[in-house]
Amino acid sequence: MAEFEPVLTANINKPDSHTLPVYEQGGGYQAIRKVLGEMSPTQVVDLVKASGLRGRGGAGFPCGLKWSFLPQNHPGPFYMCINADESEPGTFNNRILMELDPHQVIEGIMIGCYATKATTAYLYLRYEYPTAYRRLQQAIDECYAKGYLGDNCFGKGFSLNIYMHRGAAAYICGEETGLIESLEGKRAWPRIKPPFPAIEGAFRKPTVVNNIETLACVPHIINRGVDWFKSMGIPSDPNNPRDPGSYGPKLYCISGHINKPGCYEMPLGVTCRELVENYGGGVWKGRKGKAAIPGGISMGLLSESEWDTKLDFAGPGKAGCLGLGTAAVVVLDETVSMVDFLHNSCRFFAHESCGQCTPCREGTSWSERILYRIKQGKGRLKDLDLLQTISDSIGIMPGTTICGLADGAAWPIKNALKKFRGEFEDYVKRTNPNGYQNKEPVEALEVVGLGAH
Amino acid sequence: MTTAAPTSSPVLTPEMVAEIQALFPRYPTRQAITLPALHIVNSQLRHVPMEAIPEIAKLLELAPAQIYDTLSFYGFFKSEQGGFVRAWVCRSISCALRGGDEVFQKMCHTLGVKPGGTTPDGKITLEFGECLGLCDFAPAVLANEQVYKNVDLDKVDEICAQLKSQAEKGG
Ligand SMILES: Cc1cc2nc3c(=O)[nH]c(=O)nc-3n(C[C@H](O)[C@H](O)[C@H](O)COP(=O)(O)O)c2cc1C
Ligand code: SF4
Ligand code: FES
Repeated sequence: MAEFEPVLTANINKPDSHTLPVYEQGGGYQAIRKVLGEMSPTQVVDLVKASGLRGRGGAGFPCGLKWSFLPQNHPGPFYMCINADESEPGTFNNRILMELDPHQVIEGIMIGCYATKATTAYLYLRYEYPTAYRRLQQAIDECYAKGYLGDNCFGKGFSLNIYMHRGAAAYICGEETGLIESLEGKRAWPRIKPPFPAIEGAFRKPTVVNNIETLACVPHIINRGVDWFKSMGIPSDPNNPRDPGSYGPKLYCISGHINKPGCYEMPLGVTCRELVENYGGGVWKGRKGKAAIPGGISMGLLSESEWDTKLDFAGPGKAGCLGLGTAAVVVLDETVSMVDFLHNSCRFFAHESCGQCTPCREGTSWSERILYRIKQGKGRLKDLDLLQTISDSIGIMPGTTICGLADGAAWPIKNALKKFRGEFEDYVKRTNPNGYQNKEPVEALEVVGLGAH
Repeated sequence: MTTAAPTSSPVLTPEMVAEIQALFPRYPTRQAITLPALHIVNSQLRHVPMEAIPEIAKLLELAPAQIYDTLSFYGFFKSEQGGFVRAWVCRSISCALRGGDEVFQKMCHTLGVKPGGTTPDGKITLEFGECLGLCDFAPAVLANEQVYKNVDLDKVDEICAQLKSQAEKGG
């Protein structure tokens, strides 16, 4: 690993890294020229498939495979939706790419669109990223002026328009079909799948939805090849035929109780502890760690004793977490109350549930109210069972909801109760010494923070 | 929701209408311009008045209820007048771990508003936000296009002063 050379962040420390001349001086727009000059769309799809690149947006679906699901012989049009809604708490790697190297993102979009025969790309950007909006728009304008976008890009007979589309502060627009509904001008209610977007996506046409970082990897795969990409990461498990492995570089975010919060590029598979100690500069204030979110709050919790878990696509799952998610680590030091942590998490999901599925809408908002009640010293041991029941019964996994937001809401509850149950029981007993064994129904203390949607 | 009586002067200015119409070629449906149109109105007026809804609906060839349905889903769009400066204080986990909730509380006190409220002079609206994607700078505040990083209680007075001077510029 000593030899690791960052590529996704290679430009970001140069002055004016966001401008076209700087990007081109660093070798930018060579990959798209090569693709347009020498490769068929199918060859690009096959190459990306062979690289093992998996989606960086959270689900980890193999990118080339997703592209290959688009129907052949379809009259079109085909669309590309770029998911820049980045709203998972703890996550900011897409922001860094868009603000500091927007042309790298655009080159990835160009290659992705060529491979998938899309001639229109919508870049769905969360509203709260004004700098990214300006930088990307400026970069897109530079490309039009140079003939890199529009009709006959690079004089090679390929046409592509990229349009920015701004969101309106709703986490659910990051779910790919919620994004599509929102793009179409409707409430961002995720769709039941199938049909998957590749068959019926934006405007009911075949559509690929990809994350910013996924697409930013593509030019490097073209330039440096499959072997280079596969030389990094954790190979697929030979005993598990369904494990596609975790290859390539990854942008890890680290924040919370850490000395040096930031975004660090490393091969997939670094451990949580390495990230904390070697890159984040250790837990802040000389304190001990208590737990960490492994990849955005939806993924649950690693207790400190589990920090040697490898942060590849398979690692967090082995420690009972939901998955790698966005590889955004949030560190909690020894002083954090798990009750406070879980209330914060439940409040987020109650606010962001789109309200379409009853188990998610009710489950997220009741779990917030229960946690609030516990926090206020009115908790009962029975509440912990109630939380367990809620977290076991909402989500795609138990099969009760349309999208994965509910699984993401459930996981922090499940992990916190499993890994820190004693602390919850102790808190309830200490703060409610006369009522903690009460089994009668009680009223919620206050209706707080009902969903905005 | 009260039905807007036909009024003499439209809410959308000719510039707003032109800006909305300029987006038509980008999308295969008119409905897709709903969010962009709401943003155009909101950025000019700092809210989307009910009277604007039938006007947008007409431009996009939709029923007003379709526009309202979308608008009301996104808590971002408000029908009541907001301040020229709109500030969000992050309340999600990375910021909360570093004192975000306390910062929000102090900002409410300093500006004299309740969460979500607008200052009595109508110039600054203060809201909580969920993760602003600035967790490396937690606690973070976003106000119009300005980012305030690593905010602590000592910085609140200065930030509030800056918000006020920004608000003066907006009239
Ligand atoms: C509730 C929810 C929120 C999501 N938010 C995002 C997001 O902000 N950005 C993103 O790229 N993917 C997000 N995803 C994952 C997308 O649905 C989708 O898998 C991804 O954009 C596909 O791109 P990729 O294959 O390149 O990763 C979210 C998923 C769920 C269930
Ligand atoms: S699971 Fe929750 S967020 Fe997802 S569609 Fe259902 S209600 Fe909406
Ligand atoms: S948690 Fe506050 S910016 Fe991410």
